[in-house]
Amino acid sequence: MYSTILATAAEGEEHNPLIPILSEVVLSLVVFAILYFLVRKYVVPNFEKAYAERTAAIEGGIEEAQSAQKEAQAALEQYTAQLADARHEAAAIREEAREQGAQIVIEMREQAQAESARIVSQAQAQIAAERQQAIAQLKSEVGGMATELAGRIVGESLADTDAQRRSVQRFMDELEGSAN
Amino acid sequence: MTTTVLNAASDSEGGFTAPGPASFELPPVFSIGDFDVTKPMLLLALSVPLIVGFFWAASKNKAVVPGRLQFVGEYVYGFVRNGVARDSIGSHDFLKFVPLLFALFTFVLVNNYFSLIPFLQFPSFSRFGFVVPLALLVWVVYNGVGVARHGLVGYLKHVTVPGGIKGPILALIIPLEFLSTILVRPATLALRLFANMFAGHLLLILFATGAAYLILDSGNPWYAPVGVLSFVMGILVSFLELLVLFLQAYVFTLLTAMYIGGALADEH
Repeated sequence: MYSTILATAAEGEEHNPLIPILSEVVLSLVVFAILYFLVRKYVVPNFEKAYAERTAAIEGGIEEAQSAQKEAQAALEQYTAQLADARHEAAAIREEAREQGAQIVIEMREQAQAESARIVSQAQAQIAAERQQAIAQLKSEVGGMATELAGRIVGESLADTDAQRRSVQRFMDELEGSAN
Repeated sequence: MTTTVLNAASDSEGGFTAPGPASFELPPVFSIGDFDVTKPMLLLALSVPLIVGFFWAASKNKAVVPGRLQFVGEYVYGFVRNGVARDSIGSHDFLKFVPLLFALFTFVLVNNYFSLIPFLQFPSFSRFGFVVPLALLVWVVYNGVGVARHGLVGYLKHVTVPGGIKGPILALIIPLEFLSTILVRPATLALRLFANMFAGHLLLILFATGAAYLILDSGNPWYAPVGVLSFVMGILVSFLELLVLFLQAYVFTLLTAMYIGGALADEH
């Protein structure tokens, strides 16, 4: 191949490389026109479509994310509000319970005091009654006993002080025995 | 093959023949009637199904979450669309120029990289004839949109009179601005791409054929180490070319976008 080149060179037919050859000019123009047409028709629209779809997808994604964020924000606010409400309510309930508790304690104390007063008064009344009864019984018995004692003393020798003392002693023992 | 070349060279001139502009005049691969079809022509045509096939396959799913192929395709597309078109033209107008810029970028890029692909190994745009129509097309487009936006007189004023300049200095500025914006731009655009491809490829041929000649055909064993050096240089230059090939495609597209953006701009 090169030998032909060198041969042509040797023949002195050297072509100035800066002079365009018409057939090459025409060919280049035609080939480029075909390339331009094909690229414009089959390549660029495809790429542009992919670009547009991608842009749409990304923008859609961003919008979606923004709306999701808004929703989340709203939900958070709602929850915070609810939480505050609940805290408030709990505090109110607690306060109420404390008041109720205090009330109950006071009531219980009053009740207990009343009860104890009642018990005390009842006991006092009972004691008074028993005392009254004892006094009455004593009154009724003391006469009899005095009479009996006097009888016994008189029945035995009045001069015998020992016998008198024994008699009193016996009487006292009897009294104790009957009391028991 | 190279040895035969060099033998031929040695036979005719008795030594190493350095590659030159003639190395870019490839013989026709086949001919249709009088019309010779050459390798650069085939490469140029091959680039279209490669580009369209790849990017169509990469974009046909239009998935919101891209697969590997779509990711690569979108990366290149996004590079041109956002990195070049939108940044240079502005977000208001750029979209309708994206097909042109994307086609230009991939067309130049793929044809440039042909120069490093084994067996293809030829940068299509080292043929000036392939570059000229692209530069002219760019010229027509940016001037066209400028005239459409500002009107013919308005556009010429927009292009040649920088904002805030008044008085006799305009007599100097206007011709200069006209020259640089209307006349020089397409020429530099075409020459930059062509010359980079031409020089890069020439350098690679030089190191490759030089290495082959020094090692195999010089007949002097002392030349062999230099031949190895030449071979290593060829590899290093190939890596440099990897960068240059991309940069030229990028620069061509970026300048196109900037010219369009400048023509559409409201005021300086």
